[in-house]
Amino acid sequence: MSGKAQYRLDILLGILLFAGMSFALYMALIGAPTERTMGDLQRIFYFHVPAAITGLAAFATNFVSSLVFLLRKNRRWDALALASAELGILFFCMVLVTGPIWAKPVWFVWWTWSPRLTASFILCLLYVAYMLIRKSYEDPERKASVSAVFGVIAFVDAPLVWFSIRWWRDIHPSPMLETGGLDPSMRPAFYACLGAFLILFLYLLRRRFCLETMRNKVDGLLLRLDEMR
Amino acid sequence: MHKIWAIFRKDLLIEFRTKDSLTAMLFFGIVVLVVFNFALGSLHQAVRSAVPGVLWVAFAFSGTLGLNRLFAVEKENGCLQGLLMIPADRGAVYLGKMLASCFFMLIAEAVLFIAALVLFNLTVRNEIPWLMLVFVVGTLGFTAVGTLLSAIAVNTRLREVLLPLMLFPVILPILINAVEATDIILNSADYGALKLPLTVMSAFTIIFATISYLLFERVLEE
Amino acid sequence: MIEARNLGKYFGRFAALNNLHLTVSDGEFIALFGKNGAGKTTLLRILAGLSRPSRGELKIKPSRQAPPGAVRGHIGYLSHETSLYMDLTAVENLRFHARLTDVPSDDRALAMRMQQVGLAGRERDPVRNFSRGMQQRLAIARAFLHNPDILLLDEPFTGLDSSGCDFFKSFLAAAHADGKTCIMAIHDTRLGYEIAERLVVISRGAVALDAAKPSLDYAQFREKLEPLLA
Repeated sequence: MSGKAQYRLDILLGILLFAGMSFALYMALIGAPTERTMGDLQRIFYFHVPAAITGLAAFATNFVSSLVFLLRKNRRWDALALASAELGILFFCMVLVTGPIWAKPVWFVWWTWSPRLTASFILCLLYVAYMLIRKSYEDPERKASVSAVFGVIAFVDAPLVWFSIRWWRDIHPSPMLETGGLDPSMRPAFYACLGAFLILFLYLLRRRFCLETMRNKVDGLLLRLDEMR
Repeated sequence: MHKIWAIFRKDLLIEFRTKDSLTAMLFFGIVVLVVFNFALGSLHQAVRSAVPGVLWVAFAFSGTLGLNRLFAVEKENGCLQGLLMIPADRGAVYLGKMLASCFFMLIAEAVLFIAALVLFNLTVRNEIPWLMLVFVVGTLGFTAVGTLLSAIAVNTRLREVLLPLMLFPVILPILINAVEATDIILNSADYGALKLPLTVMSAFTIIFATISYLLFERVLEE
Repeated sequence: MIEARNLGKYFGRFAALNNLHLTVSDGEFIALFGKNGAGKTTLLRILAGLSRPSRGELKIKPSRQAPPGAVRGHIGYLSHETSLYMDLTAVENLRFHARLTDVPSDDRALAMRMQQVGLAGRERDPVRNFSRGMQQRLAIARAFLHNPDILLLDEPFTGLDSSGCDFFKSFLAAAHADGKTCIMAIHDTRLGYEIAERLVVISRGAVALDAAKPSLDYAQFREKLEPLLA
């Protein structure tokens, strides 16, 4: 893709993001009906759950790009893996912040060691470890290989963590969408928020990816400059 | 196959000559047990139900010390490059190292378990074969992924600091299931219920041993 | 036969190797010169398969027929580190390496190796008690225990006393006469010139001079080398 087309895509995504976010905010805060028992508090749901789904999508992206990097050895895939890991951590931080805010008035505790909470927390830790590995290798090629290996391990580990914790007692609402627990009148707002979060993810992913590939390009140019000197 | 065995035997020989990591592992493990004894205080009733968790925390901490030494030995004189030059799949190096660390950990576990029996006033008899099974499977899982992560950590600036940060989140499924299984054995004797944790631990071990075997080379190659 | 085309190895913004071309026929003896950081060690590590080039192509065909993937078994690499376990005895180190490379590991075969490098009688001493020179002798025995076709040597004379140097020179001469390929990084210009038959100078990650010894006498070679080392 040419630079100009790239730029146009960025603008387009930006506009889409702005429109989507505004619509989602309207739907979540005003459009959706107020929940009977929890009141307005329940509106956190429209941010909490989409953030979690988007975070999972980010970690899945990290897994796929790590795998492809290991097979192809193309640094662009490493840049994508880095971008998605950072965003995954970001979204899961949102989950871990909105969670306790929601839980305190409803369950009367900030934190419970329920499977969902624990697993989200561990998932976050796994990718913080991923970032630490990246920080502690200096040679970019080695950093890319090793972190890709860890990216694969972390994502494969995630379901095992989840199933291992699962048989503990669970007070977290089990997936409302699967059981049809979410009232149909709330669904439009939920899907609007989910869509907005996914666009946000794509937008940030693109920006971060471009930044990283640019950085690699600058390194390459500096190398060439050294050669010429 | 005999190369894996050669690496395993070499590590054993060095360890039984220097006793560097086993001493550290045992001492640290016992310190953990003693500290827990104070932390649990006078809750005599609860002690038996706390033992599985305490035991595995001690195992995991002392195991981490062992894993830190595992590749530090190879780094010392550039021995690792000698290992990487073998005319065979480099996965053999992984398997040899993994078996060695597993062996050391099991020795440490046996001693720590006896120490725990004394310190926490427990009696076990029929439970022993079951406990051995859980310890072996759990340790295999721990070292399957621990050996790979140890090889990652040894080449970084942070070294010993980085290993536990990577290891503990990844190893969590093993720890949870091992604690659950040990708890079942010590506190309910419903051995049928062991099937689930043992299955999860075995699955973990097989999955991560395979991944590590395949990717080991990528971690060490410059 | 070794064929390296357009090799590049980058550590971030630092180019250790850059567009390096080198073709080595079987049985050649090459001395690699170059100042510190020119890329000699990086090149040897890539040839040994310990490091993966960032760019370019590398083909190594051993003279003997070898199954694919077993190329490593035909390469011996003596690095500036000894790759010896300090807490094992000399013979235990050799035996371990013999097992890894599928060569006879019985006491007699290993004792013979020890004798070859002038360490007879020290088999049961732990390496920790060895002097630097003795360790280097043992490292030589270890690195070439499996009779490789290609010998890669990184400053092999480090730590050797004069009798050690003499021994190692004759060792290399014998290997060369045996038709083995030798590539040796060395900073001692006179020594390198004396032993090798082809002189390669590496500067800033690329081959700056590549000459057969007969075409240059020592004074001429010095003259050409000097600016490349500055």
